[in-house]
Amino acid sequence: MVLTGAEIVVRCLQEEKVEYVFGYPGGAVLFLYDELFKQDQVRHVLVRHEQAAVHAADGYARCTDRVGVALVTSGPGATNAVTGIATAYCDSIPLVIISGQVPTAAIGQDAFQEVDTVGITRPCVKHNYLVKDVRDIASTIRKAFYLAASGRPGPVLVDIPKDVCVQKCEFEYPREITMRSYNPVVKGHLGQIRKALQLLLEAERPMIYTGGGVILSDAAEKLTKLARLLGFPVTSTLMGLGGYPASDRQFVGMLGMHGTYEANMGMHYSDVLLAVGARFDDRVIGDPAHFGQEPRKIIHIDIDPSSISKRVKVDVPIVGNVADVLDELIRQVESGSARPKQEALDTWWKQIDEWRRRECLKYKNSDEIIKPQYVVEKLWEVTGGDAFVTSDVGQHQMWAAQYYKFEKPRRWLNSGGLGTMGVGLPYAMGAQLAHPGSPVACITGEASIQMCIQELSTCKQFRLPIKIVNLNNRYLGMVRQWQELFHGGRYSESYMDSLPDFAKLAEAYGHVGIRVDAPSDVEGALQEAFKRKNELVFLDFQVDQTENVYPMVQGGKGLTEMILSAEDL
Amino acid sequence: MRHVISLLIENESGALSRVSGLFSARGYNIESLTVAPTEDASLSRMTIVTTGSDDIIEQINKQLNKLVEVVKVVDISESAHIERELLLIKVRATGKDREEMKRMADIFRGRIIDATDTSYVIEMTGNQQKLDSFVAAIDRSLILETVRSGVVGVGRGERVLKV
Ligand SMILES: Cc1cc2nc3c(=O)[nH]c(=O)nc-3n(C[C@H](O)[C@H](O)[C@H](O)COP(=O)(O)OP(=O)(O)OC[C@H]3O[C@@H](n4cnc5c(N)ncnc54)[C@H](O)[C@@H]3O)c2cc1C
Ligand SMILES: Cc1ncc(C[n+]2csc(CCOP(=O)(O)OP(=O)(O)O)c2C)c(N)n1
Ligand SMILES: [Mg+2]
Repeated sequence: MVLTGAEIVVRCLQEEKVEYVFGYPGGAVLFLYDELFKQDQVRHVLVRHEQAAVHAADGYARCTDRVGVALVTSGPGATNAVTGIATAYCDSIPLVIISGQVPTAAIGQDAFQEVDTVGITRPCVKHNYLVKDVRDIASTIRKAFYLAASGRPGPVLVDIPKDVCVQKCEFEYPREITMRSYNPVVKGHLGQIRKALQLLLEAERPMIYTGGGVILSDAAEKLTKLARLLGFPVTSTLMGLGGYPASDRQFVGMLGMHGTYEANMGMHYSDVLLAVGARFDDRVIGDPAHFGQEPRKIIHIDIDPSSISKRVKVDVPIVGNVADVLDELIRQVESGSARPKQEALDTWWKQIDEWRRRECLKYKNSDEIIKPQYVVEKLWEVTGGDAFVTSDVGQHQMWAAQYYKFEKPRRWLNSGGLGTMGVGLPYAMGAQLAHPGSPVACITGEASIQMCIQELSTCKQFRLPIKIVNLNNRYLGMVRQWQELFHGGRYSESYMDSLPDFAKLAEAYGHVGIRVDAPSDVEGALQEAFKRKNELVFLDFQVDQTENVYPMVQGGKGLTEMILSAEDL
Repeated sequence: MRHVISLLIENESGALSRVSGLFSARGYNIESLTVAPTEDASLSRMTIVTTGSDDIIEQINKQLNKLVEVVKVVDISESAHIERELLLIKVRATGKDREEMKRMADIFRGRIIDATDTSYVIEMTGNQQKLDSFVAAIDRSLILETVRSGVVGVGRGERVLKV
């Protein structure tokens, strides 16, 4: 069948069973929009800013096991998308971004709305393409989806010049894809897995350290099974939360800069560390020179060889997909007769329980002023711990991670690697579209929410009943906290004056806005919000301005040097 | 430590900038980088001379392999190999210098490939040290222009970099 380039693009999206394209039109993509108009299989979500288009596609991908898709025009459309692309790249989220480009003959002529999109995005995509021939569109889009979702996932950008959209050629969607230069290893090396198991069975103070790879690999059940078989403690990075049920006794909480005392101490004093899809980030282990004590053995499962031994030397590297490797580990444990050293484990658990008794997440609640932690705890109660929760970046993000106990994977959506303020609302849009009947809450701050506030309009158009939980401390709280602790309390530009009345602002967009000042009103307001099943409710909680996030490990320090509360300062 | 990394990459537009961008983005050194298509026109071969600790070289290898269009990477300096570089040098060649320059070129097995009344262009291949010593051996004030190709290399014996 002979089709135009634009028809082919839309046919490819249909072939990939794309439900939603998040985008924004413009000159270079007019032909593509014309084709979208003529069909109703792929639905288009019109955002109010291209950054939000990519974030929303990213949010959609995070809470499903699918590739998110965004469509933007050339020039400013593409540059607006860059923050979204980089955000997805840093957290390994599978996306396909289609961008319009000026006609091939105009490329390089400083044409209207021309930028070198492939050049600008090169360092923040898994791969990108400029399609100069209509005959390459189908195979390129097929490759883009394949690359985005396989191996270590990531965003792939396809830049399509306007004239290529009107050229014609025979269309056939390639079924099979083979690339001689790209063959990610999925199954782990059996010998390495055997070695790993031996170390695990000899361990006296083991720790399972899990990360975003568990979520990306949809391996939560397998992880849970293996951890229970072994009886080892489990900690998770910010990105891995929900990969192991937070209420389980074996879960010691998040680790790292704002991790729990027991997780960080356990990590440091472990003698065998099983890292599963986690990349020893600087916010997790601090300074590698202070990380852990010898002798200690590290096993690292990761699909990306470059994640292994990057910051910390690893003893048993296992390159492969988390789900496949865990399967094999489980198989070997179950088929063998050897079991972990129970006596040593009991002693280790006693030690961990002692650390737990520090109750590092305890905070002083108040009758007068709303504590942000309290709001998150109540949100968890009101939603039965079963909502899709997104956050922005700052203190509220850490409180969300610490106090909302995630039981299931793909329920927690936030920007860990790039730390992009503004993701919260678009992530919630992606989540709500992917899970129409489910509660979706966006925990945010008064500064972050303003970075994509225009999306309240999109939410109205698409009737997305998101619940926005604004922990309004009138400060760039995370910045203020660092200034308080490390810059002599000089609050340089971290106080934001002239904030809008968020409740009224929400109303102006056609939503419900509720301002909450008293702790006694918190629970009622949350209940009221979730009762309104079909409406977006903006809850503006006026919280304690001076609250800080604890525990805290300062940059450059080791995991055992935690500040547990203001009294430690 | 100095390493010579050879790689095969799909001969697509932008391939070179993916590699050079990787080195600059991650702060790796590039001493030289050469690239040209191979007998299979769909593949280019690059030779990169770099320096770094073992950990850095390991990361460089992994990061190069991670580039979607890179088909194969080998650190040819890990075992017996041959390196060659091409030097074209234009020198002043007048009076008694003319004879001396010819003599030096002969000693280093260079060839004069262009001559005017006042200048020579000398072509020379060899490893980096040999070319360095030639440039050091001739009178500096007589050098008009030098151009070097950067290193290319190949493993000795049965070791072959091929898809
Ligand atoms: C304000 C702020 C504070 C923060 N504080 C903390 C903190 O206290 N604690 C904390 O943990 N983080 C914190 N972070 C987040 C931190 O910056 C990192 O983003 C995070 O720790 C990285 O998580 P990860 O190691 O799980 O890696 P991810 O970025 O999730 O990477 C996943 C890893 O798994 C691998 N992988 C992917 N798919 C697969 C697969 N299928 N099979 C095998 N492997 C796979 C990838 O190659 C990669 O190595 C903070 C961020 C912000 C913005
Ligand atoms: C786009 C962007 N700009 C700047 C920062 C640096 N930054 C990190 S947290 C933060 C303050 C966030 O304030 P708010 O959203 O009110 O959250 P709070 O910390 O007060 O809970 C800033 C400015 C960032 N992460 N992202
Ligand atoms: Mg704030």
